[in-house]
Amino acid sequence: MVQSFYQSISKSPVDIVYLGEAVCSKRRNLKLDDWLIIADMLDAAGKEVVLTSLALFEAESELGLLKRICGNGRYPVEANDMAAVSLLEDQSPFIVGPHINTYNPSTLALLSESGARRWVMPVELGGETLKQLQQARPDNIETEVFVYGRLPLAFSARCYTARAQNLPKDHCQFCCASYPDGLLLKTRDARSFLTLNGIQTQSASIYNLIYQVPELVSLGVDVLRISPQSEGTLETIDAFYHAMHSEVNGNRKPIEDWQIVDYEFCNGYWYGQEGMLWKRTDEYKNLESALNR
Amino acid sequence: MKRITPELVCPAGSLPALKSAVENGADCVYIGFRDGTNARNFPGLNFSTDEARQAVDYAHDANAKLFLALNTYPKPDQWQAGVRAIDLAAQLKVDALIVADPGLMRYASQNYPELRLHLSVQGSATNHLALDYYKRHFNIQRAVLPRVLSLSQVRRVALEAPVEIEVFGFGSLCIMVEGRCALSSYVTGKSPNASGVCSPAEAVRWEKQGDHLCSRLNGVLIDEFSEHEQAGYPTLCKGRYRVNDSVYYALEEPTSLNVLEILPELMQIGVSAIKVEGRQRSPAYVAGVTRTLRSAIDACINNPEEYQVQPSWMRDLDKVAEGQCHTLGAYHRPWQ
Repeated sequence: MVQSFYQSISKSPVDIVYLGEAVCSKRRNLKLDDWLIIADMLDAAGKEVVLTSLALFEAESELGLLKRICGNGRYPVEANDMAAVSLLEDQSPFIVGPHINTYNPSTLALLSESGARRWVMPVELGGETLKQLQQARPDNIETEVFVYGRLPLAFSARCYTARAQNLPKDHCQFCCASYPDGLLLKTRDARSFLTLNGIQTQSASIYNLIYQVPELVSLGVDVLRISPQSEGTLETIDAFYHAMHSEVNGNRKPIEDWQIVDYEFCNGYWYGQEGMLWKRTDEYKNLESALNR
Repeated sequence: MKRITPELVCPAGSLPALKSAVENGADCVYIGFRDGTNARNFPGLNFSTDEARQAVDYAHDANAKLFLALNTYPKPDQWQAGVRAIDLAAQLKVDALIVADPGLMRYASQNYPELRLHLSVQGSATNHLALDYYKRHFNIQRAVLPRVLSLSQVRRVALEAPVEIEVFGFGSLCIMVEGRCALSSYVTGKSPNASGVCSPAEAVRWEKQGDHLCSRLNGVLIDEFSEHEQAGYPTLCKGRYRVNDSVYYALEEPTSLNVLEILPELMQIGVSAIKVEGRQRSPAYVAGVTRTLRSAIDACINNPEEYQVQPSWMRDLDKVAEGQCHTLGAYHRPWQ
């Protein structure tokens, strides 16, 4: 299933693919060598491949694997913890992932000097902060923004998926594999609230900046990140691809082709407000009424 | 194995709390300025410049150390406040600055190389490689570990770390990796990283529904309590939620971390300091917790082989603990 997903990605208009495990070291159904086979396939299809790494290191064995990832010799690495930055510094150019707290120009300059060639804005930062950081960023670093997917909000030592099944983390039986889109957590009055993804907690709503794409482009953002969901990822890619290129070639693809209105979305972080908020742009309201006609 | 006497590091959100800490045996007290530069940015709490000066004088006269927490991540429009706080801390001659943001660490190490830097728990460093980076670039002297590691993992980090290690000993428990949790901003717009608050009081609403009491955070139902249940503050990771068909504390119960049972092990590992959480708590809390931990640490230093947790210590600590109960948290492997 994983292989066929990446086969389809290799034929999509995506430019860059991040591969590997950022959340839990117990997820070993694909080993580093398996990821590298997928990497080679995507590379041959003309994609830029980046190997990602964990956001939380607890065991020595996890640091051992990190050293192997960083020393792979072929593909750049996304650092999600300073352990990876520490290993990659002055060794090979790397990507600063969203779990490293790059909140100001001074930190951004430091990471750039350490060898970062791209940084991903932390998800809780919004458009105004992005603008200020873009004005101050060093010349040789690209900016990437998380634009679609369940927001990665927190990491813990505890596995909440295993806890929900009354399983100890050490004998988790990989129960998270049964929930490809995570396990939904609702409030007691039945409102969808969070998504449990093992030791990671995500938003239940999907962060969606499709209507901010022209603004992102004008701010000089180089890369837009889509976090895959179990279904509809290719359609999402298509919608963003057209939103990105519509200004360039003038043939704006109608967003109505993208059947998104059934999802619960959020975009509050972009406006510097609570992340769970969904501020509907005029464009989105028009789309809603068009589809409800 | 190195056996060192750990420092007892206690919180103060006001001058009276600082005095309580010092009088009851704290080796070090940590404070923050009254603004968004630290992770307890609560109304009516913390220190003005003048009060901070008095705090330094008071602590030094009593032979105690004073640390300043400057542990939020400033966005560009908050940068100047962070820099001003470092300048001020250096002028006041605090004994250490507790910092999380790499940019601020760089400013401090370049401008005040003599100022001792501690990596805040908000710096999310759980391994020696990350600590190597901070040591290499900013010459940090100590790191406070996030409350996510087991005892054997703490031992491993302490063994290989290029800096001193400080661990949490008592107080409300963060179950997420500190510095990597945006749950609070997702619900309220304010997070520990950016604003120095988690589940801020201004977003809390209490609602009576029939004979139930509901606690909401910016409209999101965090928990509801029947008449015979004690209602707790709606910290959002400690609410009861529905997963599949069960309603339970899906993330964590309201409880406090308490390491009295493993004090000999922590000392044997060679941790340099044991920290108490709670700058937002009262001077009475600070006095009681400091007194109890002082007694326990002294008992453990004087006779580690015979060390036993006194029932009165646990009783005194449970009285002021969140949820009136305690846990060993991640130190204790089965918790995970």
